[in-house]
Amino acid sequence: MKFDSYLTEDHYDELFESDAHPRKAAIPIIDRINSLPEEELKHRQQAAEAALMQMGITFTVYGTDEGTDRIFPFDVLPRIIEPSDWEHLERGLSQRICTLNLFLEDIYNEQRIIKEKVIPAELITSGRSFRPEITGLHPPKGRWCHISGIDIVRHRDGEFYVLEDNLRCPSGISYVLENRRVLKHTFPRLFETLRIRPVDDYPNRLLDMLEYLAPDTVETPSVAVLTPGIYNSAYFEHSFLAQQMGVPLVEGRDLVVSEGFVYMRTTRGFERVDVIYRRIDDDFLDPEVFRPDSTLGIPGIMEAYKAGKIAIANTPGTGIADDKAIYTYVPKMIEFYLEEDVLLPNVQTYVCWDGKERQYVLQNLDKLVVKSVNESGGYGMLVGPHATKKEREDFRHRIESNPRNFIAQPTLDLSRVPTIIDDHIEGRHVDLRPYALYGEEVYVHPGGLTRVALRKGSLVVNSSQGGGSKDTWVLEEVTV
Amino acid sequence: MYKSLSMLSRVADSLYWLSRYVERAENIARFIDVNMHLMLDLPIEFEQQWHPLVTVTGDYTIFKERYSEATQDAVIEFLTFDSTYSNSIVSCLRAARLNARSIREVISSEMWESVNEFYLFIISPEAKREAFSNPHAFFSKVKQRSQEFIGIREVTFTHGEGWNFMRMGVMIERAEKTSRILDVKYFILLPKVEYIGTPYDNIQWSAVLKSASALEMYLKCYHHILPNQVADFLIHDKDFPRSIRYCLDKAEQALHAVCGSTPGTFSNEAERRLGRLRAELDYSDINEVLETGLHEYLDALQVKLNQVDTAIFNTFIAIRPPDLITRI
Repeated sequence: MKFDSYLTEDHYDELFESDAHPRKAAIPIIDRINSLPEEELKHRQQAAEAALMQMGITFTVYGTDEGTDRIFPFDVLPRIIEPSDWEHLERGLSQRICTLNLFLEDIYNEQRIIKEKVIPAELITSGRSFRPEITGLHPPKGRWCHISGIDIVRHRDGEFYVLEDNLRCPSGISYVLENRRVLKHTFPRLFETLRIRPVDDYPNRLLDMLEYLAPDTVETPSVAVLTPGIYNSAYFEHSFLAQQMGVPLVEGRDLVVSEGFVYMRTTRGFERVDVIYRRIDDDFLDPEVFRPDSTLGIPGIMEAYKAGKIAIANTPGTGIADDKAIYTYVPKMIEFYLEEDVLLPNVQTYVCWDGKERQYVLQNLDKLVVKSVNESGGYGMLVGPHATKKEREDFRHRIESNPRNFIAQPTLDLSRVPTIIDDHIEGRHVDLRPYALYGEEVYVHPGGLTRVALRKGSLVVNSSQGGGSKDTWVLEEVTV
Repeated sequence: MYKSLSMLSRVADSLYWLSRYVERAENIARFIDVNMHLMLDLPIEFEQQWHPLVTVTGDYTIFKERYSEATQDAVIEFLTFDSTYSNSIVSCLRAARLNARSIREVISSEMWESVNEFYLFIISPEAKREAFSNPHAFFSKVKQRSQEFIGIREVTFTHGEGWNFMRMGVMIERAEKTSRILDVKYFILLPKVEYIGTPYDNIQWSAVLKSASALEMYLKCYHHILPNQVADFLIHDKDFPRSIRYCLDKAEQALHAVCGSTPGTFSNEAERRLGRLRAELDYSDINEVLETGLHEYLDALQVKLNQVDTAIFNTFIAIRPPDLITRI
């Protein structure tokens, strides 16, 4: 398997400028792989998959119960990001995250952005993830979106765009760390020759950020990761992060609110918890405040939270800031709050809530990608050009009956990366989800998760829809 | 520096049940094994008796709803592969695996892999084929896998609080199942009353010992097979790892290690109940047991073991803060 006959097919390729012309930064990788004996690349791919299975880096497939753990398909050919591109992404993401944080503080308090008519009030209050229950809240250290995974794509023009914001419980970071661990064994020599920015310190950084949120009166904060339990598809990640940070993994039933504080039930009685990294949705967090039928949550935790007795990451209510209709206003927010030029542009988006734009969407369903404003993971989505007539009609009805719930975007030509398909190498479309932490400052973890649509021509990268992942190498500037 | 955290109650509970379920799976295999040996040794003119085995489990009513007759195959199917029966081997291992999965970040990865493979083995079509075509080989494998798990636990898992909870689970389960294995003999009807005390009777008692892997160790102590000595050995022996007294002694040690109290004292209900039961075994003898009647004695013992289990649960797992006790 070699790159001899690799074709970019007129797409933007992350490793090639054009057919037979690798990008300068990618040359060592291409050369190395071309120098491997026949069949060797395939063997290494198989060894990497076997390692992931053995390490139990799996996700659960819903709907069956026996031996249902599968590995997230992994491709050993890495995606590279050049230093200047990364620097641009880093600055753009920081700008965006700071802005979204200011937006959240504003809409749950003064609502300046509504008063000054930048965003219509109704668009916010009609959002399903807007939480009037927390109006007036000032979270610890003024931070709302502590952990984010904003999805980025590169279009054929070579520019990066923000595809969507994820500020609730973005998952995938465990794959970033484990993919890297596996790839170091796959291409040890490349790691010696190239300067690839390491990713292993994420759990440390996460713990630092979480401890930063603890009430100032606590000297050694007690941190816990809150999971919905073993049946959650991301359970592996919850358990992995708890293990890597060396903190307990708790379920709702392990916690109890008593005399205003939150405690864990332990074999030696009750122990106080100061910071919770929650991986359950707002809806389920506290049955006394949100969904009363939730059995996953902790009754009374919001009261303790509002009283400043515990910190929760991410802050309940952040979901409104990644609502896909609100997303369209982020560039305006950046100008409004920071008075800066937007570094990372949005993808052109039509909000069906707006009558004129809805009209356009309904007339062009065969050209657009339609998404539900609150869903992720490739669910609740219509890829117009690839959909059947029946699917399009179905979406037409759904849009008409609940316009606030939908947005549409033009079909993008996502950039591609060489990928092993059977016994040769072909280009496949990718996106990028960098992970950022917002404690004292915004920290963007180098790289992130590159997801790849393994089906030929497909633009959907989600694991539930035939997607896989790749290791992402952010290269360091070589200073001679 | 982090203050050292105590163990989450849920984690302690999962460790306790993880090891209890693996031990239970092993003991069901022993259980079926004892009956196969007993039946092989019965004189040819007598019918096979599989019915008693289900009776001893206490789940005869459930069995009767699903199977028309207590044949060897039906009983093996029920006790091994019936996934809707909560005490079958496959159900125990599913529960063990779920417990292990919920505490994967706490146990060693070797332990997780061991219990995962054990479960995958039991649901494989090959396992099922072998269970009916070569049951002895199959149930030996089940025992071996459980012992492998115990071995892995011993050498990969810190011998701290969590380990002590696992030990408690294993020991209480084992004590309970040894009592049941001993009880099977009570239900097997000998062809005629005159057979009691004959070679047939002795052969059956040695089958009971074999199922508890106790025959060789027993012979080193007593040389001859005598019913009351067999019962004495399986109930009272101080050092044999499957005797009830040994199991309770070790369970108590583990409990004391968790609570930090000195032997002979108690600081909670779990310690009080377990300590009293262990003392009863220390200071009783086989004649007393036989006066009560072996079967009646074992029945009473099982009730007390359940009380210990409940006390452990109330002491460590189902705790509530004082202001909630009044509210709920």
